Amino acid sequence: MSRRSLTGDALAQVGAAGLFLFSILAAIPKSLRHFRETLRQIWFVGAMSLVIIMTCGLFVGMVLSLQLYYTLAKFGGTAALGTVVALSLFRELGPVVTALLFAGRAGTSMTAEIGLMRATDQLSAMEMMAVDPLAYVVAPRFIAGVIAMPLLACVFNALGILGAHAVGVSWLGLDNGTFWGNMSANVEVWSDLVNGVWKSTVFGAVIALIATFQGYTTPPTSEGVAYATTRTVVSSSIVVLAIDFVMTAFLM
Amino acid sequence: MNTSNHSPGSDSPEPASAAYVQIRGLRTVLGGKLLFDGVDLDIPRGKITAIMGPSGTGKTTLVRHITGQLAADAGQILVDGRNVPELSRRQLFELREGIGYLFQNSALLTDFSVFENVAFPLRQHLRLPEEIVRNIVLTRLQAVGLRGAAQLMPAELSGGMMRRVALARAMIRDPGLMIYDEPFVGLDPIALNQVLKLIRTLNDTLGITSILVAHEFAAVRRAADLVYLIAGGKIAAHGHPQELAERDSPWTRQFFGGEADGPVPFEYPARDYALDLGFPAAAA
Repeated sequence: MSRRSLTGDALAQVGAAGLFLFSILAAIPKSLRHFRETLRQIWFVGAMSLVIIMTCGLFVGMVLSLQLYYTLAKFGGTAALGTVVALSLFRELGPVVTALLFAGRAGTSMTAEIGLMRATDQLSAMEMMAVDPLAYVVAPRFIAGVIAMPLLACVFNALGILGAHAVGVSWLGLDNGTFWGNMSANVEVWSDLVNGVWKSTVFGAVIALIATFQGYTTPPTSEGVAYATTRTVVSSSIVVLAIDFVMTAFLM
Repeated sequence: MNTSNHSPGSDSPEPASAAYVQIRGLRTVLGGKLLFDGVDLDIPRGKITAIMGPSGTGKTTLVRHITGQLAADAGQILVDGRNVPELSRRQLFELREGIGYLFQNSALLTDFSVFENVAFPLRQHLRLPEEIVRNIVLTRLQAVGLRGAAQLMPAELSGGMMRRVALARAMIRDPGLMIYDEPFVGLDPIALNQVLKLIRTLNDTLGITSILVAHEFAAVRRAADLVYLIAGGKIAAHGHPQELAERDSPWTRQFFGGEADGPVPFEYPARDYALDLGFPAAAA
């Protein structure tokens, strides 16, 4: 495929995804009738992702603490460990790493599930039963992504802080009061914590949009579903990192 | 009804007043291929009308036009007096509430049990007490002989059982029009006869209008009141199944006689055979 047609194809995809977003937003009022389905999806993409998010959060916090302690020790600034770890996690690593994990864990399953529903005519069957698949299948997953992502990012942050504390205080011998005291003195709720939550909410919406769009528009073949699932992870990762830069620039 | 002229597109359809579905001047191009070229067709009320034709002639596409799943390039498609191409998405959904559609692959919701699959349209559209939902669903499952399978999951069913569950689901809201898209494909003779009997019984007892898309003539002639044979983008012939089987035209002879070659060519259009094999082209 020529470069021009590749660009055109990519732009067409972005345009179609934008229109798909409007369709989802328009279907949200109707999807409130399927509140149980939305709850089921929040449980599936949120609660079921907890193990991977908690485990990764813990290890990311631990390694962050280890690396930063080593770096800060060069300047005699190990007392700032709690602050630096918390700011790194709340402002950047928490939302971004959670988003990448969320795309791999929940985004792929959304795409594969909707794609298989497309391939086996389940979406067409719903349309023929006068049930709008956008309201019954897509919108609940989109809402679940928007709600679950910030909550998961908060859990990731909390476990990250605990991991950093375990390494910094319990293992490397930093004073417990210094760790928590400096952190609470220097981390702002609105400019640091809430901005991170905002970011993760946007990431949740973007990943859920990409995942449902890829599933909904997949060619109804096994190869089509496989490609769509891959595209979900690749596109989500790139878009999340790009939006992260833009949002950070605006939220600073 | 004109039954003497056998050339494609030349038969005049039933009088419009008795028709549940009325199609005029349907034209469809799909993937660069002209699928329908001026198709006129009437589906009479209260009857079973079979749409037949060789594979790839667009039988399923035709019913997708009727239900508004696929837009035609031109033509009028009246379903119960409403012109489908002009309907909004909301109006289409209203129309579909009165249509039961049996998919080729049954299209059961794989996460739901048999009971929940059949109850799905009721739960989505009506706020009924659980006891009434249960009674309606069990009645329909009893009608298709699967009341005992209510708690099974779709993955635990055979192809024939899935088809019957899908049938129970399609008729759960007493539709005015039932569409069966290839209901006999992949069924063993026992399951085929069960589905066939159900289609006939449902139509007779509920007085609904049915469209049966199929290419198994032996089964169709036992169920259908009227047959439309589609070939070459037009209505090649139509009439009572028995009458069509006895008709002597190239289309009916090939299709009902199962001849490998005829108006529907055996060979897919290709360039010169000698050229393809690398020999010089034969002199014209």
